[in-house]
Amino acid sequence: MTPSEKYTAAVYLVVFVALLAYVLIIASKLQRLERQLGDLTERLRERGLDG
Amino acid sequence: MQDAASSRLSLPALVGLSMALFAAAIALIFFYAPTDASQGLSQRIFYFHVPIAFTSYVAFAWGAWKALRYLWKRDERADLESYVAIHQGVIFGSLVLITGSLWAKISWGVWWAWGDDQLVLFLVLFLFYCAYFMLRYSVEPGPARANMCAVYALFGVVLVPISFLAIRISKPFLHPEVFTTHGPQMTGQMFFTFCVAFAAMLSLFAVLYQVELAGKRIDMRLRELRELLA
Repeated sequence: MTPSEKYTAAVYLVVFVALLAYVLIIASKLQRLERQLGDLTERLRERGLDG
Repeated sequence: MQDAASSRLSLPALVGLSMALFAAAIALIFFYAPTDASQGLSQRIFYFHVPIAFTSYVAFAWGAWKALRYLWKRDERADLESYVAIHQGVIFGSLVLITGSLWAKISWGVWWAWGDDQLVLFLVLFLFYCAYFMLRYSVEPGPARANMCAVYALFGVVLVPISFLAIRISKPFLHPEVFTTHGPQMTGQMFFTFCVAFAAMLSLFAVLYQVELAGKRIDMRLRELRELLA
């Protein structure tokens, strides 16, 4: 593999990895939101049962 | 509510469009665009590096437009939209610096050239917008923070045309000057490939912008719900 090929591949790889990292961040955020939503639903259900 | 509903409807279509454009761009870059006579294969970095740079300019300009809308209409949604656009601009900006450094290493033999005005001005623009987050997270949420951030975003957008024009006003040229007043200095095949790659990057920006915005809006609604339940 020539240096030119290596650097060109590296550029495309950087963009691909950045995109994957972004998906990872969004996935972890979605998980957190899902947890919070579950917690709120639980609290609402408890209030409903109390009332 | 209308915004959230419309973004839900348009997001899958945007993702599909982005995927199709990226597939077309990659195919054109490696199977259609001719190999540059002087730079060889590494010239193909241009098809990602320059569209990423232009997309970061678009993101900063979009952020400034939303900031102006906030100051003008006092619409709280515009403040969040401005923040998300600038965040995306910084992400694309960091990719510009990384891909640019890789291209510089293979073309000029160095990772960075302080003598090149285009590079330094882009770094200034990038750091200016990085500081936007320091400002935003050092002030309590509210109208005062939104006002300060909007004014800051509007000041920053002035750097965009300066950064874009730096390539034309800086001497001696290290950075290749591709887009001149006489049109793009490349073959028709190269220009077509560039346009498709640019459209792909813009669609990617639109997707990431919508996804992040949706996440932030859900976050806000959950916070409101928690406060109501407290």
